[in-house]
Amino acid sequence: MIVRPYGDTLDDGAVQLSFTLPVPDGPRGREAARLFVEKLGFKHAEVVHSHALSEGFSFYVAYGKTEIGIDFDTVHVEEAVGEKVYGMYEACDVIKEKLGRKVVVVGACTGFDAHTVGIDAIMNMKGYNHHYGLERYHEIEAYNLGAQVPNEKLIEFAEKVKADAILISQIVTQKDVHIQNMTEFIELLQAKGLREKFIVCAGGTRIGNKLAVELGYDAGFGKGTYADHVATYIIDRLIERKTAR
Amino acid sequence: MENKLALSQERIDRARELAKRIVSPVQDFIVEHTTVTVERATLRLAGADGADVDGVPVPNLVVDQLKGKLENGAITYYVNALLKTGETVEGLNRKIAEGFRIGELPLGDKAAIDRKAKELVLAFAERVKRNRAHREAKLEQFKGRNCSPLLYVIVATGNIYEDVKQAQAAAGQGADVVAVIRTTAQSLLDYVPYGATTEGFGGTYATQENFRIMRAALDEVIEKEQRYVYLTNYASGLCMPEIAAMGALERLDMMLNDSMYGILFRDINMYRTFVDQKFSRMINAFAGVIINTGEDNYLTTSDAVEKAHTVLASQFLNERFALEAGLPPKQMGLGHAFEMNPTIENGFLLEVAQAQMAREIFPDAPLKYMPPTKFMTGDIFKGQVQDALFNFVSKFTNQGIHLLGMLTEAIHTPFMMDRSIALENAKYVFNNIQDLSGEIEFKKDGIIVKRAHQVLEEAVTFLETIERTGLMEAMEQGEFAEIKRPRDMGKGLDGLVKKGPEYYNPFEAYLINELGLKA
Repeated sequence: MIVRPYGDTLDDGAVQLSFTLPVPDGPRGREAARLFVEKLGFKHAEVVHSHALSEGFSFYVAYGKTEIGIDFDTVHVEEAVGEKVYGMYEACDVIKEKLGRKVVVVGACTGFDAHTVGIDAIMNMKGYNHHYGLERYHEIEAYNLGAQVPNEKLIEFAEKVKADAILISQIVTQKDVHIQNMTEFIELLQAKGLREKFIVCAGGTRIGNKLAVELGYDAGFGKGTYADHVATYIIDRLIERKTAR
Repeated sequence: MENKLALSQERIDRARELAKRIVSPVQDFIVEHTTVTVERATLRLAGADGADVDGVPVPNLVVDQLKGKLENGAITYYVNALLKTGETVEGLNRKIAEGFRIGELPLGDKAAIDRKAKELVLAFAERVKRNRAHREAKLEQFKGRNCSPLLYVIVATGNIYEDVKQAQAAAGQGADVVAVIRTTAQSLLDYVPYGATTEGFGGTYATQENFRIMRAALDEVIEKEQRYVYLTNYASGLCMPEIAAMGALERLDMMLNDSMYGILFRDINMYRTFVDQKFSRMINAFAGVIINTGEDNYLTTSDAVEKAHTVLASQFLNERFALEAGLPPKQMGLGHAFEMNPTIENGFLLEVAQAQMAREIFPDAPLKYMPPTKFMTGDIFKGQVQDALFNFVSKFTNQGIHLLGMLTEAIHTPFMMDRSIALENAKYVFNNIQDLSGEIEFKKDGIIVKRAHQVLEEAVTFLETIERTGLMEAMEQGEFAEIKRPRDMGKGLDGLVKKGPEYYNPFEAYLINELGLKA
């Protein structure tokens, strides 16, 4: 099935855009914006709004119609967690039943990143948006080390508490600083010969499963992730490993 | 004072009294101690500046040479070196950067050192007073041209020259306050980098050169727009007093400065922060800088409805610490935030209650109100509505400093157009409801009034607990933001020094006197 953006009629291909050009606002700026939208491949490009941001910059809202379509049947994604996600109580029951011991999870916002909002959403007792965090799970021992934790320290701590899984949160992604830091963490683990010892997950608003796996993590969790997803992933992997042995 | 909520003055007084008693033993600890950064800040006020070939700043070089002697105050040795070498401040800085060790010089006549030091104090005082007078004159000249509340935006490109472009554009679009975001790494550096930043992550370093560059750029805009534009940076982390010193010298107008933020959210040692915040706030106070406190951070880690009282309690404590450092209420930008879950029924009413309550309890403070961040989703269209409601509450409850919410929060650091959209949103709402606040009274036993009473009562109970436990003990037990901080842990503890019987710091003495503090 070929799909196109939908405005008010199937296959009309309507798309809304907004952007800034480094030119003064005015008829020439608007025409430049319209030509730009056309050049992107849109038909019927229309600039519906513009205003000056400063003497040399201007802002545009534009619409266009595209003929490009995507064959939906050929689209595949690989998410860390499938359709089946355990709720908190269910997760604890599964741990008791299938693993018979507490699961230890260590998490931190690593490197110089000081934004704990992500790791807190997953780990703190209160959780986020009515989804309790891992600290609330009776069958999980959760350690949230907070922000700006050096990779070295995190690994040391994970060894000390015999962690099953390590969670790394990265929010600041300017100039790809997160990729550098995430790579360094995996390299450090490998250098110490500990990579296989832990399930290692990365999370953050700009981190997806694909990126995380590419960087050598077991899984990645992006926008819309709750503790439920992370717990489900960890539990299922631990069960897999147990049955494989 | 505005009194729509009929809050009990007796309960407010009780909270203030408790805050005073909580802070008092901490003050006793503070006056007996100094830290490496307090000493370096003092050196900076005297003119120590520059860095060696490896980028180690001159104040750090000096303090590192004085291991074991810091209890006497670093300034003694710096001034002694000026006298012994006959150099100017600039000349001595150059020599120190080249490897000259001032700690090894024999100490000369104390009276001569004192005379020379007082000359430096005077030079510093004159420069800062000139800065203050300049700011006051410009504010007077362009009176009535700023928005109320002040519209506050951030720039965060990581390149100070790019920041300049963004800041000038934002000021041209109507921003009253520009904050230059610091690179996230800086809070844990035990030195202040030297020179201009052109490549930083999530911001630039707070350096004196960066301060100078941005100040000059905003001064240009001020004349063009005929409106004062406040410059803000961050006196937080391991170098609070040094950054405050640089801010005083380069005429910054606002500085982030919280008495407990570093301890809770950066794992900085509590002794260290308590000592650092005091001296940094004394400098801010003298320079006429408005501090911005960080209560909003409590709400990004804890729930904004359940933990509302911890914000109010922290405001009382920040106020007390500020008073102890000589800051008048008009320089206290006490913080709070619009961070309740948007799905809560009547959440808007609870936000109004919280903001109005803060307004009535701290009538003279230019309250700093932070926008929604935690529940911004990437849905920019919904985000724009959340920001509009936030703008409404801010104007309706007469907040002082309004940090603009960005519709692209949780996606990226603001684009130039994001800032413009945010400014247009706020200006529209502010203008449209200009006098609404004066038209509205609250129902006596309605949701808003009841909520404000409840939060105040909970804050009093919370402060009572802290008072019984002791502030440091309470922080060890995780009473704030559910974070536990043992007193002997955390970063920067090794930079804490007990003052010796011979401790000498004429800059501190001058500030104590000027600010009318108890010695």
